Amino acid sequence: MTAAARARKYTPRTAPETKVATSAMIASLAAEGYDTVSAPFGHALVAAAKTDSRIVGLTADLAKYTDLHVFAQAYPDRFYQMGMAEQLLMSASAGLAHEGFIPFATTYAVFASRRAYDFICMAIAEENLPVKIICGLPGLTTGYGPSHQATEDLAIFRGLPNLTILDPCDATDMAQMVPAMVAHDGPVYARLLRGKVPSVLTRYKPDYQFKLGRAQMIRDGSDVLVVSSGIMTMRALDAAELLAADGVDVGVLHVPTIKPLDTQTILEQAAKGRLLVTAENHSEIGGLGEAVARCLLHAGVTPTYRQIALPDAFLEAGALPTLHKMYGLDTASIAQKIRGWL
Amino acid sequence: MPQITADARSNMSLARRAWGIRRKALQMGEVQGQGYVGQALGVADVLAVSYFHAMRFQPEDPEWDGRDRFLLSIGHYAIALYAALIEAGILPENEINTYGMDDSRMPMSGMASYTPGMEITGGSLGHGLGIAVGMALGLRAKGGDQFVYNLMSDGELGEGSTWEAVMSATQHQLSNLICIVDFNNQQADGPSRDALAVGPEAPKWRAFGWHAQEVDGNDLTALTAAFDAARCDQGARPRVIICNTKMCKGIPFLERREMTHFVRVDPDEWARALTILDEEMPL
Repeated sequence: MTAAARARKYTPRTAPETKVATSAMIASLAAEGYDTVSAPFGHALVAAAKTDSRIVGLTADLAKYTDLHVFAQAYPDRFYQMGMAEQLLMSASAGLAHEGFIPFATTYAVFASRRAYDFICMAIAEENLPVKIICGLPGLTTGYGPSHQATEDLAIFRGLPNLTILDPCDATDMAQMVPAMVAHDGPVYARLLRGKVPSVLTRYKPDYQFKLGRAQMIRDGSDVLVVSSGIMTMRALDAAELLAADGVDVGVLHVPTIKPLDTQTILEQAAKGRLLVTAENHSEIGGLGEAVARCLLHAGVTPTYRQIALPDAFLEAGALPTLHKMYGLDTASIAQKIRGWL
Repeated sequence: MPQITADARSNMSLARRAWGIRRKALQMGEVQGQGYVGQALGVADVLAVSYFHAMRFQPEDPEWDGRDRFLLSIGHYAIALYAALIEAGILPENEINTYGMDDSRMPMSGMASYTPGMEITGGSLGHGLGIAVGMALGLRAKGGDQFVYNLMSDGELGEGSTWEAVMSATQHQLSNLICIVDFNNQQADGPSRDALAVGPEAPKWRAFGWHAQEVDGNDLTALTAAFDAARCDQGARPRVIICNTKMCKGIPFLERREMTHFVRVDPDEWARALTILDEEMPL
């Protein structure tokens, strides 16, 4: 513990004037001014399971908090409660995949990436088994502090061969990812958005469809290109609206597949001479920003590059809106940063 | 209830099969000049009973769906399983001299993508039993009557993931799961019993709800009876056979060598070991 942290620990506090409750672990990102869809992952999985008897669901005591309870209620015989045992969750999923099933295994991103890594690596990825690992609370989507904030999950998993990595923006992504994952013959790690999930992408691009491995322009803009994934695409689109009012024209390239990265589309868009800003709900180390930077350098395409990401630090506990502001993931902070970089 | 098919495939005795597994493992050790032959010699009787008494398989079709699954959680025992797979006719005998070589189908640690008959990639210890739980769940969901055998080491009893799987197998009443623990009391740094409070072995498994037996893992009669009891138990519970084995079993001068995880065998000693074995060939 640093001296500053120790001093803070022993400093008495008083209740703040305005009460902002700490977000529950069931962090959903409603209240963003968008329409919402309830449990899009769970319902999409039920729909896929109707026509594909290979699909089974497993969880390590987090069915309710990963929307897998929807599947468990629809298909109780195809649902396996593995208990609070994430290593077993991954091994047993591998065993079911060996027997021809397509297991969807759910837990929190922190537990999959930190606790169960060796089991995902050797029991699933090394054998290229079609296990779909669906994980709640990705990046900074809970106020519980580092024990629940998976701010380095993409960094951990990007190094794993065979693994496809998905970071959905909204309810459309989340629902359409499910059949795409089933069709993909290999392991997938997908960040989960659960509860009431906003519908964002179709508001800006009515014909938007998730395509595995493809980045897509959601909004065109001539001054700035934001390359974003996950909920940061929503924030980038919101920031683009704010900046449009100032006469700044911001394009947003949504990259829901982190690996394999759609380098072709990124390079095509990056070559248009705009300021390039990456935006991710993840540590500045090892996530989308670094993946894009590597892609650009390899190709010799070098626009002015800036990164919006979480710091390389264990983050604070508190209320989620406060934390997003503190770490610059909120819409106003993004718009302000981009103005400063122009 | 599974049918008891005592050595139905051939009139060759289990003793002769175990001898054949030992001989092939020594031959592979000689090719590399090293290897986990201590473990292979120790577990040969367990493998003979598994492949030539208990398990259903078709040598010409290693992925036949009706086969009993055999998971090698302990990847470094690959030399022993290759010997058994050759003895069973799943791998060709003329590949013995490729063991551990570049482009071999028989690498030093067992991997599913390299070797026919190798069900999983083992080697990261504590993985096999959890995978076996998933396979047993899957087979049951498909209505199959196959057994899943998981061969693990005593050292793997130290891995927390093993105990997650132990509890889960009971929770799901996996009567189609048979765990075999090769208890040679030897892990990398010394005796397993000195490392992580392993005992008491069978009572611990029973307390977790398993049908548990502890046998002399180098006694073919005892092993046969234990495998039969494990397969025929009527309880809705998983089964474990704890096999107390002797490292380097069958080659007295190696048995007497200081117990070690990776037994040292000098270049001229391979031929000597094979000569000793050949003099003891059972009918």
